[in-house]
Amino acid sequence: MQYNYDVIVVGAGHAGCEAANAAAKMGSSVLLITMNLQTIAQMSCNPAMGGVAKGQIVREIDALGGMSGIISDKTMIQFRMLNRSKGPAMWSPRCQSDRMKFAEEWRWALERNTNVDFWQDSVQELIVQNKELKGVKTRMGMSFYAPSVVLTNGTFLNGLIHIGEKSFGGGRMAEPNAQGLTEQLVSLGFESGRMKTGTPPRVDGRSLNYEAMEEQKGDENPSSFSYLTKEPIKEQRSCWITHTNEKVHDVLRKGFEKSPMFAGRIKGLGPRYCPSVEDKINRFADKNSHQIFVEPEGWETVEIYVNGFSTSLPEEIQFEAIKLIPGFEKAKMFRPGYAIEYDYFPPTQLSPTLETKLISGLFFAGQINGTTGYEEAACQGLMAGINAHQHTHQLNPFTLSRSEAYIGVLIDDLINKGTDEPYRMFTSRAEFRTLLRQDNADERLTEKGFELGLASQERLDTYLQKKQNVENLIQELKSNKLKPTEANPWLESIGVSSIKEGAPLINFIKRSDVGFEHFYKNEMLIPILKKYSTEEIEQAEIIIKYESYIDKERKMVDKMKSMEDLQIPPQFDYDKIKTLSTESRIKLNKLRPQTIGQASRISGVSASDISILLLFMGR
Amino acid sequence: MNISDTIIALATPAGVGAIGVIRLSGPNAIAMVNEVFKGKDLSKQEGNTLHFGRIEYQAQVLDEVLVSLFRAPKSYTKEEVVEISCHGSPYILESVIQCLVEQGARLAQPGEFTQRAFMNGAFDLAQAEAVADLIAADSKAAQRAAMHQLRGGFSKELALLREQLIHFASLIELELDFSEEDVEFADREDLQNLVLQLLEKLQPLLDSFKTGNAIKNGVATVIIGKPNAGKSTLLNALLKEDRAIVSDIAGTTRDSLEDEWLLGGVRFRLVDTAGLRETTDVIEAIGVERTNAWVKKAQLVLYVADLSQESPMSLQTVLSEYSDLEVPLILLLNKTDEVNFKSSDWVELAEYIVPISAKKQVGLDTLEQTLLDAVGIHQLNDQGTLVTNVRHYQKLLQTKETLIEVLNALRTDLSGDFVAQDLRHALYHLGEITGTISNDDLLKNIFGKFCIGK
Repeated sequence: MQYNYDVIVVGAGHAGCEAANAAAKMGSSVLLITMNLQTIAQMSCNPAMGGVAKGQIVREIDALGGMSGIISDKTMIQFRMLNRSKGPAMWSPRCQSDRMKFAEEWRWALERNTNVDFWQDSVQELIVQNKELKGVKTRMGMSFYAPSVVLTNGTFLNGLIHIGEKSFGGGRMAEPNAQGLTEQLVSLGFESGRMKTGTPPRVDGRSLNYEAMEEQKGDENPSSFSYLTKEPIKEQRSCWITHTNEKVHDVLRKGFEKSPMFAGRIKGLGPRYCPSVEDKINRFADKNSHQIFVEPEGWETVEIYVNGFSTSLPEEIQFEAIKLIPGFEKAKMFRPGYAIEYDYFPPTQLSPTLETKLISGLFFAGQINGTTGYEEAACQGLMAGINAHQHTHQLNPFTLSRSEAYIGVLIDDLINKGTDEPYRMFTSRAEFRTLLRQDNADERLTEKGFELGLASQERLDTYLQKKQNVENLIQELKSNKLKPTEANPWLESIGVSSIKEGAPLINFIKRSDVGFEHFYKNEMLIPILKKYSTEEIEQAEIIIKYESYIDKERKMVDKMKSMEDLQIPPQFDYDKIKTLSTESRIKLNKLRPQTIGQASRISGVSASDISILLLFMGR
Repeated sequence: MNISDTIIALATPAGVGAIGVIRLSGPNAIAMVNEVFKGKDLSKQEGNTLHFGRIEYQAQVLDEVLVSLFRAPKSYTKEEVVEISCHGSPYILESVIQCLVEQGARLAQPGEFTQRAFMNGAFDLAQAEAVADLIAADSKAAQRAAMHQLRGGFSKELALLREQLIHFASLIELELDFSEEDVEFADREDLQNLVLQLLEKLQPLLDSFKTGNAIKNGVATVIIGKPNAGKSTLLNALLKEDRAIVSDIAGTTRDSLEDEWLLGGVRFRLVDTAGLRETTDVIEAIGVERTNAWVKKAQLVLYVADLSQESPMSLQTVLSEYSDLEVPLILLLNKTDEVNFKSSDWVELAEYIVPISAKKQVGLDTLEQTLLDAVGIHQLNDQGTLVTNVRHYQKLLQTKETLIEVLNALRTDLSGDFVAQDLRHALYHLGEITGTISNDDLLKNIFGKFCIGK
């Protein structure tokens, strides 16, 4: 039995798995401790990965050398590129996943890595000496030692499940919660809080009438999450859309008095963008119908996830109401929806590496930081795993900026602004959205991942090859011309205005009414496109068509960089500036931002506080 | 930047005056003055009190003075402040300052008192800028505009604009981040109307800069006309003094004369110019050239026409040369005392027309009213907000320009993310005046108004 490791990861959800994988790939010996080895990488809520902003995060994780993209590709049952009709920054990959296969693939990926050891147990205590982390103690009384520990406890810390008037301890339905850790962390000086989230009922797919619903198919030409995946999925399963109605709402309203939320038994704050169905009815009383997505849980199961119907009302009310939804008349329920409350630690207690400011070597990732979502958790796990490895081996910390990655936006938001509801990523949180696209995550991050020893040589080569090909394609478009006689019949056939003088091919792509899809309709042009992959052609088109917007955004980044990167001396004495508002003095003292940019994003620190800071720093 | 020391400066204009006020601000202001003050023990006095005594230094009485005491934070800078009213001799004032510098006070940099007031949180940036304007204000209207800004009138207008921009941005973000949701998205036409409304709100603020700037810096008013039309006579009549040499000889004024004239609280910088005519006289030719240069820089042009020499037809030809002038032109029909004329023959010639007799001082009241109208001074009387600060004006202009890009993007049916990009830049520019508008503001607005969430 081995007791000493480079990195210990507590919890094996999306955050824990990415953390363990990253540290191990980089060369650390890793111990992954989880309460139940059967539930590694369990998708506790909906069986899906990606989505708007979240899909971009999965691409970033993949570009750095994480596993979430590869696992998603292997286990998807449907793929859609959302927002195709909008600009390229909005294109967001999303898939429906096979819940059981997803967990299986993750476990197998970790098991194949000889640097990862597993231990099934519950961590109850951290071993800390002089504000430095030394290791962990488990419920079984074992002690394991490592200079770096990543906590990814999800909803397990003092988890409390609510259904109607019933409530009982648990980390997920039918799984025990974790006790002791919060109390110890609080005694060490950490601040903790409560959050709430919920999940909908699952039903028997054989009992549904799909004819009463609208089918939602996957993309005709699906792509994938990972830059390494060569073959997208061939077969897909459909989802279905139906709606609630006033009758459903009336039944649900009957249960309001037994609702743990409305009765005030739930103290934690839930996410506004992922409300329970009772919350939707209550807050938007004038809306007499809400969308319901019927999502299959996998290839080899009839279980159905009823997305949009998250609830913690009594199970008999849930059952009565759900049967009034069109298509659900004969529905059989597998498990009811429920709400869960759990402990989190306001993430303003973290530094940009996700290491806690209080205890050196202790890292937090995932819901423990007040976030929600698999993708948000996974990317934090990845960053915490990387930095845990760096910490143990006394290497430089690794961080990403807001203009480099959604991951940078997420961590910067968390540590500076904190959050009092579960934090989910939105594209609108990123000020440089046009630069943070799903098509260029490799360009932004793969070289960094490779330098860290996380992204493989194969990944780097794939990226460099793609980059070279895109450049070649653009070069070809610049050097090949079409004469009016060659171009005009084609332009006419696609219904756009003709040209008077010969023009290089790139000029056609620059037009808003012509794209590469039209090139396939000109026999002279097809040979050029044949040499390149769909992704390469797509990226070349984005670079050419949206050049001015991309440039404008880059200029904005440069403009803000001077402020952004302005370092505040680590020992800067905010107390000597009586002139700052009391609130911002307290916040700045507590959070100790490293740069002026960071300081400007702290809530409660106003623009004039920043001017004052700049004056004091002699700017 | 250090604000732990105590600064000192002369608060009244330099030079001989009846009294001169020396001001100190900082943690040791009272202690320092107390060292050289013979009278009550100032360290034991309350704030907002006045004390009579003498300034004595090295056994020598420098002056008998009145000392005003302000204790932190109830002072202009929110620090301890002492104001010493001395007799107005430069020698006395210098000696008093000198002896206090020897007590450890530091000579203040220009604007440092205001800077401290700002840093101590006495007011926001826009207000601080207003104080600077207030100090420099040399006309009633300029002072009124600065006071309005100091009281936060400008900030309030901006807050409104900001709120509407956030609303607009939320609508765009909604269709981007929540495209999968079951909510109704604003259609492009509605969005275009919203931008137009925003531009409509913005325009008066931008327009007011012209007036605001005029009030702050004076209105460059150029008087032009043919030789001997009576331009110099008009100047003298307005100034009520013989400032320019007048004669019946055309071309008497060979170079431009400039003078300031306060009217209704607005400072007009009147420029009398050489008459406009083809000339072979070298010196006069230079004068005509200068006149043209003045017109280019002018904010207001007075064209003096000689009724005895000109017909509506001939005048029309002359005035057509000024048709591309971007500033108001007031046509003065001079010499009503000499000629009988039908005003209806002339009304089409210019936007502002005033018949006068400069010589007999007839019609000057109407002219004064017209001058104020032409610079838009009525806006100020409506308690409207004036933009007087160049920085604010530039940011507002950038906001407007980016909003126009937003409008174009909407019209060309560009995807929402690009519209949003332009919009963010607009928010950024506005934020440079009002303070940052964060992404959280947008999300908060979205969650407040729309039912989001699967």
